Amino acid sequence: MRIPPRLTQAGAFIILGSATLLTLAVLAFIIGFVLQKGLPVLSLRFLFTNPQDMGRSGGIFPMLVGSVLLPLLAVTLATPLGVGTSVFLSEYTRESRVTRLIRFGTDCLAGIPSIIFGLFGFIFFVTTLRLGWSILSGGLTLAFMILPTIIRTSEEAIRAVPKSFREVSFSLGATRWQTVRKVVLPNALPGIVTGVMLGVARSIEETAVVIFTAGSSLRLPTSLLDSTRTMAVHFYILAREGISTENAYGTAATLVILVLTVNLLAYWLMHRVMAKRS
Amino acid sequence: MNPKFDIQGLSVYFNRVPYLLSVHLAVSANRILSIIGPSGSGKTTFLRALNRMNELEPGSHVEGAVLLDGQDIYHPRYDVVGLRKKVGMVFALPVALPMSIYDNVIYGPRLSGNQRHRQNELVEISLREAFLWDEVKARLKTSALRLSGGQQQRLCLARTLALEPEVILLDEPCSGLDPISTAKIEEALTQLKERYTIILVTNNTKQAARISDEAAFFLMGELVEAGPTEKIFTMPSDQRTNEYITGRFG
Repeated sequence: MRIPPRLTQAGAFIILGSATLLTLAVLAFIIGFVLQKGLPVLSLRFLFTNPQDMGRSGGIFPMLVGSVLLPLLAVTLATPLGVGTSVFLSEYTRESRVTRLIRFGTDCLAGIPSIIFGLFGFIFFVTTLRLGWSILSGGLTLAFMILPTIIRTSEEAIRAVPKSFREVSFSLGATRWQTVRKVVLPNALPGIVTGVMLGVARSIEETAVVIFTAGSSLRLPTSLLDSTRTMAVHFYILAREGISTENAYGTAATLVILVLTVNLLAYWLMHRVMAKRS
Repeated sequence: MNPKFDIQGLSVYFNRVPYLLSVHLAVSANRILSIIGPSGSGKTTFLRALNRMNELEPGSHVEGAVLLDGQDIYHPRYDVVGLRKKVGMVFALPVALPMSIYDNVIYGPRLSGNQRHRQNELVEISLREAFLWDEVKARLKTSALRLSGGQQQRLCLARTLALEPEVILLDEPCSGLDPISTAKIEEALTQLKERYTIILVTNNTKQAARISDEAAFFLMGELVEAGPTEKIFTMPSDQRTNEYITGRFG
């Protein structure tokens, strides 16, 4: 029996629409739940004072600092490396067995569970290089963790830049590097920013790597070689050890708001840059 | 007078497949040379051999010599970047870079560190020569992507002119344009030949007859014949040329 197109159209609309609605509902529910539980705890005092009694009372200032410093360090290290690699792979090499192997390797790296990166960071940076549990060890390990994501998203973005732009640039006497800097990178920027933002989000929310490599010190870090505790780790310890459910949700709410703010800021900045160009 | 370009036995291969076979041709300065022939005859490959754009494609291989003012541009020590500034190119599809009109025109000169005080002048001259100045002078800082197709192609011409080249290569520059834009480009070219050597690939035999001084007919990767446009279009020496220009094939 043939179903009339009018019905399949209506059916598709309803099914696709409900899928979208369901996704949004789940997202709204999670954020709503965390905020509902956490917002009552939030106050300037909570954000800007040190924790007391293992976090049972007091605030989360050191964790806030840790949650900003670690991803910042990771992204600062991983972005030039990752974007550089993807530019080299897509602009300076021809597609060959070697580049395919590198790409395959990157994909595999992207799929490795973060706890393995954590273990690697612990053995290599913390123990072998004797950096100890520190922001430096944590930042380096997180950088390695987000590197594959940044490489792959940047590479996709760079490949999406029309070949004709490059041809025009070369035909006007540009060197390869001038073409990369003036035509390829500016046009791939939105995609690259997306990759970097994914990296930021992944390192802000990461727990396993941070516990293994940056430790879980409650003190405010004063140097890159100090141990620190991020909000994600703080939440995990507070909840897991049953120290304080209230403060755990307060931390979670802060984390969610921080991630949303960082994303909004990044997209706002990017749109300002793009609006100037078109 | 010495020719601007002296092409001696030029062959171009991609992945060992010949696209152009043993072409000999001398191109005089301050003339418009039109390259005609059916699709796949090697016209574009020939054009792109003159500013070494073919080598951007993987698997390309060139034999023979292309002398520009007596120097072989395929000599290993020849400066490719300098070559592409001397031999500018306009592509078949107008590609405006996603930046302002002004930045598009000045793209080439800026690469070689052109002084700032000359830039405004250079932009105006180039746009005037491409017959675009009056249409865009009030909005130089707006995005070039908002221009129409015909305007974008004239922008591409202006961008090439801003290099202050000696030779301009045009690859079917009017293929996607309406008759008015085409007329403007042709008018620009006719005036420009006084100062430049122009090589024009075209699928439009009427256009070749209208504006070129000399014509070369390509077929299946070979140069069948070349000579003054008038002669090619009235008394071609090869039967195949005659059949092509009278529209019996191609």
